[in-house]
Amino acid sequence: MDYFVELFFSGLTRGSIYALIALGYTMVYGIIGLINFAHGEIYMIGAFTALIVSTVLSIFGFPLPAIIILTALAAAIWASAYGYTVEKLAYRPLRNASRLSPLISAIGMSIFLQNYVLLAQTPDFLPFPALIPDFDFMEPYAGFIGSSDLVILVTTTVIMILLTLLIKFTRTGKAMRATAQDRKMAMLVGINVDHVISITFILGSALAAIGGMLIASHIGQINFYIGFIAGIKAFTAAVLGGIGSIPGAVLGSFILGLTESFATGYVSSDYEDVFAFSLLVLILIFRPSGLLGKATIEKV
Amino acid sequence: MLSFKDFGRACVVALWFMVLTFPLMVIKVNPIDRVITWRWHNMVWVGVGSFLCYLASRAWQIHRDARLRRIRLGQEEEKEPLSRRILQNPSIYRPLLAAGALFFLAFPGLFSTYQTNIMITALMYVVLGLGLNIVVGVAGLLDLGYVAFYAVGAYAYALLNLHFGLGFWTVLPIGGLLAATFGILLGFPVLRLRGDYLAIVTLGFGEIIRLILENWNEFSHGPSGISNIPRPGFFGIQMSLDQSITYLYYLMIGMVLFTIFVVNRLQNSRIGRAWFALREDEIACQAMGIDKTRTKLTAFALGATWAGMVGVIFAAKTTFVNPASFTFLESAIILCIVVLGGMGSIVGVIIAALVLILLPEYLRAFSEYRMLVFGAVLVIMMVFRPQGIVANIRKTYRVEEG
Amino acid sequence: MNPILEVKGLTMDFGGIRALDHLDLHVNQGEIVALIGPNGAGKTTFFNCLTGLYKPTAGDLLLTPPGGRTRRLGGLKPNHVTRQGLARTFQNIRLFPNMTVLENVMIGRHCRTRAKVLGAIFRDRRTRQEEREIVALSISILEELGLADMINEFAKNLPYGAQRRLEIARALATEPLILLLDEPAAGMNPQETRELDELICRIRDKGLSILLIEHDMKLVMSLSDHIFVMDYGRKIADGTPEEIRTNPAVIKAYLGEDVDDA
Repeated sequence: MDYFVELFFSGLTRGSIYALIALGYTMVYGIIGLINFAHGEIYMIGAFTALIVSTVLSIFGFPLPAIIILTALAAAIWASAYGYTVEKLAYRPLRNASRLSPLISAIGMSIFLQNYVLLAQTPDFLPFPALIPDFDFMEPYAGFIGSSDLVILVTTTVIMILLTLLIKFTRTGKAMRATAQDRKMAMLVGINVDHVISITFILGSALAAIGGMLIASHIGQINFYIGFIAGIKAFTAAVLGGIGSIPGAVLGSFILGLTESFATGYVSSDYEDVFAFSLLVLILIFRPSGLLGKATIEKV
Repeated sequence: MLSFKDFGRACVVALWFMVLTFPLMVIKVNPIDRVITWRWHNMVWVGVGSFLCYLASRAWQIHRDARLRRIRLGQEEEKEPLSRRILQNPSIYRPLLAAGALFFLAFPGLFSTYQTNIMITALMYVVLGLGLNIVVGVAGLLDLGYVAFYAVGAYAYALLNLHFGLGFWTVLPIGGLLAATFGILLGFPVLRLRGDYLAIVTLGFGEIIRLILENWNEFSHGPSGISNIPRPGFFGIQMSLDQSITYLYYLMIGMVLFTIFVVNRLQNSRIGRAWFALREDEIACQAMGIDKTRTKLTAFALGATWAGMVGVIFAAKTTFVNPASFTFLESAIILCIVVLGGMGSIVGVIIAALVLILLPEYLRAFSEYRMLVFGAVLVIMMVFRPQGIVANIRKTYRVEEG
Repeated sequence: MNPILEVKGLTMDFGGIRALDHLDLHVNQGEIVALIGPNGAGKTTFFNCLTGLYKPTAGDLLLTPPGGRTRRLGGLKPNHVTRQGLARTFQNIRLFPNMTVLENVMIGRHCRTRAKVLGAIFRDRRTRQEEREIVALSISILEELGLADMINEFAKNLPYGAQRRLEIARALATEPLILLLDEPAAGMNPQETRELDELICRIRDKGLSILLIEHDMKLVMSLSDHIFVMDYGRKIADGTPEEIRTNPAVIKAYLGEDVDDA
C-alpha cells in the first residue's frame, strides 16, 4: 500500500511538471495552430538558467529563500525572452506561408537551441543543487512524499489557478481567447494579434521554465537533451487532453504522469519512453481530438 | 540602401541578443567545485554577430522589395532564376554534367581511400535525400521518423546475415521491401492525420524503433549492436579493404543513378502528379477523384524503400550497426538536405546532400557546429527561401498542331 | 424515367445546429438546375454532402446514369463520388497553384486512368499510350475553354476569370455526368459572366447535367430549366424561373418579413 501511495505521489509530481510544459504547447497551438517543437528546448533553457543563476547566487552567499525567488524569476524572465525571440525570428515571418513551413522552422529552431546549449555550456550532465530543503513537518510522510514533491504540487496548483484567472477575467485573457477562436475577426475588432501571440509565447515559456527549475532541482541533474523527451511527453499530454484546451492539458498531464509512474513502478522501467510514445501514437490514431478537445470540421 | 535608422535598429538587436544569451554564453558554473568562469569575449561575438546578421537580412529585404517594385512597375523583367537558366540551357548543363560524371567516375583513382569513404557516405545521403524528397518534398508529408526505415534496412542485413547467412545482394531488395512494409504498416493508421500530427507521430515512431533496438537485447543485441557484418561481395572474389571500398563506391554511384532514374520517372507520371497535387490541396485532390490515403501510402512506402536499401548498404559499409546510428538527428539531417535542396527538386537535393555532408568533413574546425548550422539552415531556408536552392521545375508541354 | 440525381430527405447536423433539414431535390438528365438562397442557407453544405466531403446525418443521395442502374452516393468517399460521375468546382477557387494549367487538368484524368508505380518506372507501352491520351484530352478541353495559350503557366499566375474557367476544365476532365458549380460567376465582370453563360450552355448541349449555386439572378433566370430555393437549410420553393420570380415565399426570404407592407 505504501508503495502504491508513493507511486501515486510521484505520478502527481511528474504530471504537474508535464502540465507546466503542456500548457505552453496547448496555448500556442490554440492561438496559431502550430506545434511549437522548440518548446521543450525553452524548458531546458529555463533549467540551465536556473542552475547558473542559483549557483552564482549561492557562491555570492545569498540566503536560500532569496536564491529560490531570484532563480525562479531569472529562469522565467530569460526563458520568456527566448520564447519571444523564437516566435519573432522563426514563426512570425511564416504566418501566411504553406502549412509545412512553420513546422520545419520549428524543428530547425529546436535543433538549433539544443546545440546552442551544448556548445555554450556542456555536452555532459551537470549536477543540479537541491533548492528545496527537507521540511521538518514532512518527516512522518517521508516514506511516500518528499518535500520537493509537495513544493512542486503546491506551486503548480497555484500557477494553474492564476493562469485560469488570467485567461478568464483579464483583458489580455479575453484577447487571447478571441484570437484563438478567430484571428481575422479579432484583428477586425481591434485586438493587436501580434501582441497577443507574443504574450502567449512569453507566458508559455515562463511556465515551462518554472517547470524546468522545479524538476531539475527534484531530479538533481540536467543536460542539453532533457527538453526533447520532456517536450514530447508534455506534447503527448496536451494531445491526450485535447490540444488547444487548457483544462485538457492539465488533465492529460496528470493521466500521463500517473500511468507512467505506475507502469515503471509495477512493470518495468526499460520501456518508460516507449510507453509515452506509443500512447501518443494511439491517441492520435483513435481519438485525435483528445479527451476534452472538439473535433474540427475543415471549412470548404 | 541601408539607412541610418537600420544601423540604430541593428544596435538594439545586438543589445537584445547580448542580454538574451548572457547567462548561457557568458557564465559557466561548476556547481560541485563552486567555481564561476566568466567568458566576456562570447558576449562580444554575440553582439557583433547579431549586428551583422540583422544588417544582412535588412539589406536582403530592401533589395528584394526594390526588385519587386521594379517588376510591378514594368521597369524590369522578372528574371528566371539562375538555376533554371542553367538547367534549361543544354549548352551550359551538358558540359557541366560531363565534367561531373568524369569527376565522380575518376574519384577513387584521384583521391585516397579515406576520401573515397567520405564520398560513399555523401552518396548515401544523396539517396536518402532523394527518398525522403518523395515523401516530404513531393507529397508534402512531413516525416520526422525517416531514420526508422534506415534502421530497418541496416538491422535487416545484420540480423539476416547473422542468423541465416544471407548475403548483401539478397538482402538489398529484402531490406527495401521490409522498409516499405513498415512504411505501409505505420502509414495506414497515421496518414489520415493532419500534417502536424503526422510529423509528431512519425517522430514518435522513429524513437520507438530506436528504443526497442536499444532495450530488446535478445533480438538486437542492445546498445552494443551487431558487428562483423560482411562487406558486399563480387562473385565470391576476395578483395582487400581498399578494393572493397572502391567497389562500394561504384556500387553507390550505380545506386544514385538508379535512384535518380526512378524518382524522375515517378515524378513525371500519373502517380507523381497526384503527389504534387496532394501537397497543394488535399480537398481539391479528393474532389478530383484521387484516393488520398492510397496516394499518401504509396509515397510513404516508396520513400521508405530507399531508406531500407541505403540501410543495408550502411551496415555493409561500416560492418557494424548499433542503435546510436539511428537517432532523431539523423532524420533531421536528411530533412535538412531536402529543405536546403528544394522541395521536389532532384538536382537541388543532390547538391544539398553533397554540400551538407562533405563540408563538415573537410572543415574539421567547423564540424562541431554541424548540428547548430543544420538547425539554423532549416529556419533560414523557411524564412528566406522556402523553395530551396534549386526550385522545382515543372515539365512543359507543347500544343501539337493539327 | 428516373431523374439522374435524386436527393431525398437530406439532413446534416453540426453539433446542435441543423444545416440541412430534410432537403429534397432532383436533377433531370440534360437539365441546368440552379440552387439559390440567401447567404448561410446551406447551399455549399449541400454540395459538400453531395460530394462526400461531409457525411450527412440522414437522407438518400441517388445517382442514375442514363440507361444504368441507380447507385447510392451516401457514405462514399469524395474520390469515389467523383468516379461515379459527380465533379465540382469550389466557391473559393481551389486549384493546385504551383502546378501548370495543363497539369491541373491532367489531375482531373486521374480517376479515369490506371497507370501504377511499376508502369511509371518502366514506362511500358500502355503507360506511354495512356499518358499521351491524358495530355491530348486535357489540351482539347483547355482549347474548348479558351485556355490553350497558357498551358504551361502556373495556375496561380492566371487572371481570376481564367482560374474559374480552369476549375471547370479540371472538373470536366473527370468525365462527369453531373457538373456541380459553386458560384461560378462570383467576382466576374458582365462580359465574363456572359461568356460563362454560353460556356455552361455548351457543356449542357454535350449531354451533361448541371447543378449550380449562384447569386447572379440574371444568370440563374436565363440559364436554368428548374430552380430550387433554400433558406435555413430547408427547401422553400422550387419551379421554373417564371414560377420562382413570382413566388411570395422566395421574395420573403430574400427581402425580409415586411415585404407585404411595403
